[in-house]
Amino acid sequence: MSNITLTIDGQTIEVPKGITILEAAKKINVKIPTLCHHEDLCVAGNCRVCVVEVKGKHRLEASCAVPAEQGMEILTNSAKVRIARQDIVSLLVSEHNTQCTTCYRNTNCELQDLAAEYNVDGNRFLSVLKPNIKIDKSSWSIEKDDSKCIRCQRCVRTCAELQHVNALTASHKGHEMKISTFMDLPFNEVVCTNCGQCVNRCPTGALTERRYFDQVWEAIGDPTKHVVMNTAPSVRVALGEMLGYEVGTRVTGKMVTAMRKLGVDSVLDTDFSADLTIIEEGNELLTRLKKVLVDGDKSVKLPMITSCSPGWVKFIEHMFPNHLGHLSTCKSPQQMFGALTKTYYAEQKGIDPKDIVSVAIMPCAAKKYEANRPEMNASGYRDIDAGLTTREFGLMIKQAGLDFKNLPDSDFDSIMGQSTGAGVIFGATGGVMEAALRTAYAVVTGRSVPFENLNITAVRGTEGVRSASIKVEGCLPEWKFLEGAVLNVAVAHGLKNARVIMDEIAAGKSTYHFIEVMGCPGGCIGGGGQPIPTNAEIRAKRTKAIYEEDMSKPIRMSHENPEITKIYEEFLGKPLGHKSHELLHTHYQKRHRH
Amino acid sequence: MAEIAEIINDKIKHFGRERVALLPILQGIVKEKNFVNNQDMVQIAEALDISAADVFGTASFYSFIDHVERGKYVIRVCKSITCEMKGKHKVLQALEDELRIKLGETTHDKKFSLLQSNCLGLCDQGPAMLINEEAYTHLNPVKVHEIINHFRNLSK
Repeated sequence: MSNITLTIDGQTIEVPKGITILEAAKKINVKIPTLCHHEDLCVAGNCRVCVVEVKGKHRLEASCAVPAEQGMEILTNSAKVRIARQDIVSLLVSEHNTQCTTCYRNTNCELQDLAAEYNVDGNRFLSVLKPNIKIDKSSWSIEKDDSKCIRCQRCVRTCAELQHVNALTASHKGHEMKISTFMDLPFNEVVCTNCGQCVNRCPTGALTERRYFDQVWEAIGDPTKHVVMNTAPSVRVALGEMLGYEVGTRVTGKMVTAMRKLGVDSVLDTDFSADLTIIEEGNELLTRLKKVLVDGDKSVKLPMITSCSPGWVKFIEHMFPNHLGHLSTCKSPQQMFGALTKTYYAEQKGIDPKDIVSVAIMPCAAKKYEANRPEMNASGYRDIDAGLTTREFGLMIKQAGLDFKNLPDSDFDSIMGQSTGAGVIFGATGGVMEAALRTAYAVVTGRSVPFENLNITAVRGTEGVRSASIKVEGCLPEWKFLEGAVLNVAVAHGLKNARVIMDEIAAGKSTYHFIEVMGCPGGCIGGGGQPIPTNAEIRAKRTKAIYEEDMSKPIRMSHENPEITKIYEEFLGKPLGHKSHELLHTHYQKRHRH
Repeated sequence: MAEIAEIINDKIKHFGRERVALLPILQGIVKEKNFVNNQDMVQIAEALDISAADVFGTASFYSFIDHVERGKYVIRVCKSITCEMKGKHKVLQALEDELRIKLGETTHDKKFSLLQSNCLGLCDQGPAMLINEEAYTHLNPVKVHEIINHFRNLSK
């Protein structure tokens, strides 16, 4: 594509034709403030904060929406621009609930930053904050407070463009325009998958995750309670962002120490139950393949699709309720962990399960919903008592006044604290697939997957849907029926891409055997509960950190985890056995589409 | 009364199973029964393979597509400044007295709803109002009484 030349604040630059003024300015590190703009989303141009002066034009232009043109002379900080911007921010703040000190997004709010930069409050013009706005706290995962909403519609675009759910819409018009669900119904009654991507893109505190950390503090302070905390793989590569580290820094050891310092009784690892998921899910896949290929059993569904991502699970329940048979019956690592905490762990440690409080630290908003699903009580108790996001956990560390950067590293407790590199990569898109293939191939052939360093790069990457085919050769006797078979696998992340996969299945055109789906773009590292902001560059850095963590692990295949061997010997018996079915597997339900 | 499904299919035949069919469908249903309810919107969403929230977003944008139940005759009094200056207030009062409802309400027998509208473009003939799609101009309390009586008798 051809280049054009323009000047921004007197500096001449050459940029490719077609990019916006905002993008051109970014190339020379000229910062233009934005609110409705987000790198992951289409242009909206509704907040006007990014206005700039274009010489020869009477009106100011929204730089996010106007393409840079040959010969343009742009001023991004002229008096005219500054005055207009101050007015725009003042107007936005005039209808915003400015009780910042009690706001969950205090100090991490784009509107607050702008209000500070332009030194405005809500009273410069008439304050038009609508009175008596009720906060929707109906959902286990997401809270919506319209008094903080600036109607930029990032959430609406996120839900539509990234997730193809469209649970949110801009309803009514003019000063009555608001962000609504269908008929403005409470969140828990609509199609929302609880993925939390809208929360991650909200510039203010209008959409937040429902917080449970007060409950956790209470449990920690209660001497009769034994608090067990487990952390998801992707938390350790993102938590640092909240505590002064560069994006993509691994803080596993400090994170473990921090948990102990908070007063948690046992610091365990969800990566352990990720390894366990691989054993159960891998065996489920092999069983399904046998039933279809050898027994000709028509009732068994292929492709089998992973079920670790609760946003994805709720998506398929709403959108493709007639295809639930494709979902693996395995619970997610979080829920396997919870069920085992109050059975196996309690038994081994000699603690009454009623005194155990199990807390999961997750990159996710949907995990909160999952923990509260009525059926998630296989242990006889609520399997997971509280699900916190990476953000909530970061806040707890701040509340405790820990000098995080200077904490020593330490290791997870035992039992259920040991994990492999395969468990770690669950945190990135393609990771569950890679972990499953590492183990399945080894189980079937007795050899390692034919990839250098076990790195199955074919399923890694950022493409929305990726696929690979693996020929199975040299099978052990009991798996002879798979000899020469070509296993077709696919990976999808972001619910938009999940829909592509599901449309194929619904049309009967899917040629895959096994599919990994993650509800959030990038997988868990880009989860709805991760530090804000999240964008493509940040996702890439967190992903890199996940694979580094994998390489740093001495054991990198789930079935070689000694604690996994031990739990089957001591407690579960065998994969897909009676106890497994009771504790580690679940069922799904049809839901409506609106 | 035509079935909602019939209206939807009819419009889809004409406009295709595309988003462009949404507004004609909504208009068709409103013409039939003066408002679109939850079930109608869910049905439309399924037929067009779009989300119900999208249907609601579109419906709620337009004043003339009601999503709460309205009476058989929907009265919309022009709220523009010209009609205001020509005595809209008295007309509105007369309507409220006559119908024994307040602005925004519907009579118990579901015959009349009383609403306001933005400028009807009849400033030279104000105060003005619409009853369904018919315009009534040069209004005063006596005229309001006659008009309402006319509609009462019509629906007997």
